Amino acid sequence: MNTPIRRLSVFAMVLFGALMLQLTWIQGFQAEAIREDPLNGRQYTERLTEQRGPIVVGDENVAFSTDISEEDDPARYQREYTGGALYTPVVGSFRQFGASGIEATENALLDGSDDRLAVRNFRDIITGREPEGARVELTIDPAVQEAGFNGFRDLGMNGAAVAIEPDTGAILGSVSYPSYDANDVSSVTDTTEATENYVALENDEDQPLLNRALRERYPPGSTFKVVTAAAAIEYLEAGPDSTMEAPNVLELGRPLPNATPGGTCNNGQPDTLAHSIQISCNTSFANWAIEVGGENLSEQATAFGFNREEDELNVPLNVIPSRAPAEEDRNILGRAGIGQSNVEATPLQMAMVAAGVANSGDVMHPYMVDSVRDADRSVVTQTTPDVYSQAVSPSTASTLKDMMVRVTGPDGSGPNAAIPGMDVAGKTGTAETGNDLGTHNWFIGFAPADDPEIAVAVVIEHGGGSGGSLAAPIARQMMEAVVL
Amino acid sequence: MSTATPEAPTALPPVQRRNAELVLIGLTIVITMGAMAVSGLNLNGAVPGAMWGYGLIFGAMALATHVALRFIAPYADPLILPCALFLNGIGVAMIWRLDAAESGDIEHAGVGMQLIWTAVGMVLCIALLFFLKEPRVLQRYTYVSALVALVLIALPMVPGLGISEFGARRWIGFGGFTVQPSEFAKIALVVFLSSYLVTKRQVLSLAAKQVKIGRFKIMDLPRARDFMPMVVGWVAAIGLLVITKDLGTSLLLFGTFLAMLYVATQRSSWVIIGVTLFLAAATLAFRLFWHFRQRVDIWFNAYDQEVYYRLGGSEQLVKGQIGMAYGGTTGTGMGGGQAHHIFAADSDFILASLGEDLGLTGLMAILVVIFLLVERGMRIALASRELFVKMLASGLAFVMCFQVFVVLGGLTRTIPLTGMTTPFLAAGGSALMASWLMIGLLLRMSDNARSPAPQAIQDEGATQVIRR
Repeated sequence: MNTPIRRLSVFAMVLFGALMLQLTWIQGFQAEAIREDPLNGRQYTERLTEQRGPIVVGDENVAFSTDISEEDDPARYQREYTGGALYTPVVGSFRQFGASGIEATENALLDGSDDRLAVRNFRDIITGREPEGARVELTIDPAVQEAGFNGFRDLGMNGAAVAIEPDTGAILGSVSYPSYDANDVSSVTDTTEATENYVALENDEDQPLLNRALRERYPPGSTFKVVTAAAAIEYLEAGPDSTMEAPNVLELGRPLPNATPGGTCNNGQPDTLAHSIQISCNTSFANWAIEVGGENLSEQATAFGFNREEDELNVPLNVIPSRAPAEEDRNILGRAGIGQSNVEATPLQMAMVAAGVANSGDVMHPYMVDSVRDADRSVVTQTTPDVYSQAVSPSTASTLKDMMVRVTGPDGSGPNAAIPGMDVAGKTGTAETGNDLGTHNWFIGFAPADDPEIAVAVVIEHGGGSGGSLAAPIARQMMEAVVL
Repeated sequence: MSTATPEAPTALPPVQRRNAELVLIGLTIVITMGAMAVSGLNLNGAVPGAMWGYGLIFGAMALATHVALRFIAPYADPLILPCALFLNGIGVAMIWRLDAAESGDIEHAGVGMQLIWTAVGMVLCIALLFFLKEPRVLQRYTYVSALVALVLIALPMVPGLGISEFGARRWIGFGGFTVQPSEFAKIALVVFLSSYLVTKRQVLSLAAKQVKIGRFKIMDLPRARDFMPMVVGWVAAIGLLVITKDLGTSLLLFGTFLAMLYVATQRSSWVIIGVTLFLAAATLAFRLFWHFRQRVDIWFNAYDQEVYYRLGGSEQLVKGQIGMAYGGTTGTGMGGGQAHHIFAADSDFILASLGEDLGLTGLMAILVVIFLLVERGMRIALASRELFVKMLASGLAFVMCFQVFVVLGGLTRTIPLTGMTTPFLAAGGSALMASWLMIGLLLRMSDNARSPAPQAIQDEGATQVIRR
């Protein structure tokens, strides 16, 4: 009986060996990964005792830490937010098991652990001062943000709007509607309710957690005609008066009608490029796209910022790439020319198209963080504007701008975006969605046309109306917040 | 017994080494009191008065047991008692430290019950040594011990008596007390299997036919008519699993059954058949019962948000692992961790709590001590002369080993997590008493195996010197 007993004791050794290996793996190799797991509530408990820096819009702290401890107790900080749901798509929220928005991307600066703050932290330790996170100042203009947000709230429809300063790329407004109040999900005293609220948001059909401005793609519809027109000018040397076949109905697999009054662009006759933009003619632009070619149209879109890698554009929130693939099939290519078929764009991307035209063809790298300052207000980092992409030549940009100004004129498709006393460049869009939920309604534009201060893109999700009627008024209010 | 291959000599020299034992026991008392001192320093910045109170009570009990051993089992293995006391002492210190941290009242933290149970356990151990001079008398109670094991296992299933908590029925309650009968059932089961298998081993090791792949023998298949014990054991284990939902106890008892069957018959075929049957039943249970799917889900997807927040989900396991991760290689020091926020930190999760405070290093040291205890048990089995004692010693040693594997394997996600106590370390009277009874049995068997052969008082013709 001794042989099996010896084997059994060897087996016992194997069991203990397995346990020791597993322990070494967990406590030795995996320890750091486990500690950094989002489920680790302890990292949060530790963060409770550290004062996080504020996030600043205008001159107001829109996110800040307040000491909620009783007198004489060690400090405990609660993160608080102002503006209700207004800034949440940008600022994000700092929760028990995670963070989003600027709170997440600038976390190391806000909590003071970033290497760029190392010298100051060291100084704080020497002087015995309470360490404090850095202050993150945003480019957001409260008036623009409110104008956009209120526009959606009054309309009662979902959607997104982005406003950019054309010559710098600074994001003046980034609205996603519906949104949520970050105070509802960030309580450190009632964590159960905070978690329940967050779960409710996750399950909400209207997806308030989705940042539609940066992370949702919509077919851009006729606003994409600006890109098609740019390709026509750049590759075919077309001008405002160049004409193109514009039948009332164009056969593209399925018949493609015009959405213009009476279904006609120029009574079935060839239409000029400028007039086609002005009234948003479908058939002529489908023909322009076919004439330009799929390769070139896609190239032109890429020059405006489409077709990039997943993690290429961070503002610093990550922006999902917009798509305009090179089409070979004539029918698909024709529809791509009017922003349908496989063309999909984020609201930010369409704002970049408008801003590129406004800035003489140069698309600036969009950004939201203007500067980061330490507790003494001395600058830690300052964003310098940078060209993201050269979309078109200055002359092409100028031609496009002149044509886009006609859109907001009395005979154009977007007079609702007109601002008295100045020229406003624009382009409307009404995108088919391929389902019964109604069309997406777009407007992109910039003002003043001769010296642009703000470029915008507005999309109403399943608005079911037209870009000129639903989106243009919101775009006008956002532009007015800067130019008036 | 005597097979073709001559076996290495297994007898142990008749030495007492009681003084070595005394030194080691002194060390365990110092370690226990040191652990309490460090906890106090970490929690309160001062050496706690409780260290003297509890530490000296524990030390006195340990020394009393040692002295008793000098008289009633002088040849007992000198490592077993220090190992048990080390684990018991560390457990007492840890339970005290967890309660101190949770209540915030360091001088009145409750570890009194654990000390009382320790004392009861030691008394039981000494009583067993005193009254049971020859373990083989237990062999007479084959079916009595079977009945005892069955009743103990079945008790929690009795309506009104059994208590179902945390997804498993493994307690019974009366008069405000709760008892975990399965802790004692495992001893009764080992006793039963030892005596039963010793008588049936010849039959059970008969081979009907060989299973071969090519020229290589894989295993000997037993005869079909000998399958009855296996079937009974399997049905009992599965019945236990399904009715009490206590996967841990089921796994522990069935694993012990297979190990002892293997020791008795030396047939790997029994192990293969048993494991296959158990896995098949477990798979079926997985398909049929939500409870088992939940266990497996927690095992594989512990770090999934949805599994974590689910009722009865992986929260406890993840918190335990996070604690162990904070412990890292060297630990946070006794009292430095946050383990007291974890549910069952002082019982089922005490190894995670120790892992956080003492780190990988400390947990390894504890594992080595448990392993040493297990292997001493195996050594006693080798050194013993009677088959029943060999079975009993190796069976008890394996139970201890496998129980630690089930607990820590669950904590480290080697196997699905099931609720189970850790021998000597975890808070709880049933577990402590059962552990001390097992130690009593091991000490008695080692004393018998190591004591010198009795001298012949007379040597006249037919009267032979007897060997025990």
